[in-house]
Amino acid sequence: MRLGGNPSLAAGAAIVGVIAAAAALGPLVAHADPFAIDLARSLAPPSRVHWLGCDALGRDVLSRILWGARLSLGVSVSVVTLSLALGSVIGGSAAVAGGWVDNLVMRAVDIVLAFPGFLLAIALAAILGPGMIDLVVALTAMGWTGYARLVRGQILSLREREYVEAARSLGAAPGRLLFRHLMPALAGPVAVQATFGIGGIIVAEAALSFLGLGVLPPTPSWGNMLEAGRAFLLVSPHLTTAPGVAIGLSVMGFNLLGDGLAGAIARRD
Amino acid sequence: MTRYLMRRILALVPVALGVATLTFALIHLVPGDPVTAMLGDTAAPADVAAMRHQLGLDRPLAAQYIGFLAGVAHGDLGESISAHEPVTRLIAERFPATLELAAAGLAVALLIALPLGTIAGAKPGSAADMGAMGFAIVGISVPHLCLGPLLMIVFSLDLGWLPLTGRGGFAHLVLPAVTLGSALAAIVARMLRQSLMRVRHADYMRTARSKGLGESAALIRHGLRNAITPVVTLVGLEAGGLLTGAIVTEMIFSWPGMGRLLITAISARDYPLVEGCVLTFALSYVLVNLMTDMVYGIVDPRVRPV
Repeated sequence: MRLGGNPSLAAGAAIVGVIAAAAALGPLVAHADPFAIDLARSLAPPSRVHWLGCDALGRDVLSRILWGARLSLGVSVSVVTLSLALGSVIGGSAAVAGGWVDNLVMRAVDIVLAFPGFLLAIALAAILGPGMIDLVVALTAMGWTGYARLVRGQILSLREREYVEAARSLGAAPGRLLFRHLMPALAGPVAVQATFGIGGIIVAEAALSFLGLGVLPPTPSWGNMLEAGRAFLLVSPHLTTAPGVAIGLSVMGFNLLGDGLAGAIARRD
Repeated sequence: MTRYLMRRILALVPVALGVATLTFALIHLVPGDPVTAMLGDTAAPADVAAMRHQLGLDRPLAAQYIGFLAGVAHGDLGESISAHEPVTRLIAERFPATLELAAAGLAVALLIALPLGTIAGAKPGSAADMGAMGFAIVGISVPHLCLGPLLMIVFSLDLGWLPLTGRGGFAHLVLPAVTLGSALAAIVARMLRQSLMRVRHADYMRTARSKGLGESAALIRHGLRNAITPVVTLVGLEAGGLLTGAIVTEMIFSWPGMGRLLITAISARDYPLVEGCVLTFALSYVLVNLMTDMVYGIVDPRVRPV
């Protein structure tokens, strides 16, 4: 896939690459412990030692941003992977089964879709309580229906193709039909939706952490850093702008990457 | 038209029932004991039993479900554990503020998106188009979680033009509304641009130009009416999201709406209030989708049954 003729893809890949590198390597090369409290440096402004300053407890903001990148990317990739797996199995099975099974499954999907996704995540996060696994469950509940619909729609249009007909006439079981012949053809559209989905989950996780329903302090999350920074907006605006810029840049990177992928796939097809 | 509207309203009933059922299932079927969560692990068994009886949780699940639906039908959502007031009254006090914020966000989104999208779609490839789409990329990418505090820093703290938090007159509404509506503005501007670029090559546009109409006049008088239809759908799909997006915006700006009520209820482990707020948000979302269908039927007569 060429990057040169696709500025969105190039820009998105560059930004996402930087974010991913920061998430993978940042905590290893960061000079400060993101959990180390030093009240003497409380609300210290950006300096040569602390490039993004220190928070109210004297913890280095840059180190916390880098740890937050690891958490955000880790959670969002996990959620998108689980949503994709769950949605693909449910949507794909409904499409292959057809008939009343398809109707029943899609009516259930419609009911879940009628419920606002973020509200569902808030309600689940509130009931399940704080914790990484509970957060992933709450966010996955928000996203799987989109993949179910996408996969079902794509399979309904693909299942009448000649190669699928040939596999069916050779005795391929529904499961083999679904996973061996149909799913590989969906890679393009699913990759585009997943890329946009990662950006959406980064925002949703940050929002839940901001509301006190996601990652709780002292574990650094961009969302809980934003929330903590609000109290010091007047004296230390950098505590809010730093995580805000990190979130915005990440989302922009994934949106540009998704745009670029969609364009590249459209041109290929 | 009346038959179309009646059909859409009747279709609302099973959807509303499904949403209410999902709300009930969230609170009652998800693992974890809400009474223990409310009273704490060290609560006396007698207190736990008394609370369970007060909330009706000692009844069979089916009876609880029927009671819940009957309560919803009569507008009775129980009593708040923390405020000791009917949940319905607490929600009625706060809902207008959320509605005001969501409506203002929608107005801001349309005020920005319609001119921006029209200019970009009328002159694709121009500097105005590039600028509009640059705004769209930034607007879609910067979530209101980040935008709100940035606007507060610039317009309240640095310039002192607008109040920082709270609800009051028009000035208090500006920053929260811009925060909430900017992402929708970006999405709508982009959609309108694409839609206008598509209709520019339609046969009726060629006819209008050959009759002597200028490009801009042809686009506004004939193209916009057709280009606006997918935009109406998009606005309808996203407008419901303004209600739930208001939850975070209300927390940022200390706006006294239902979003803040929900988060406060969650912190207080006030499950009846949480359930009432979640249900109200969800049913409002469904109603907004119904209104979108109605508006769509008015804008595009082709979707109405003959």
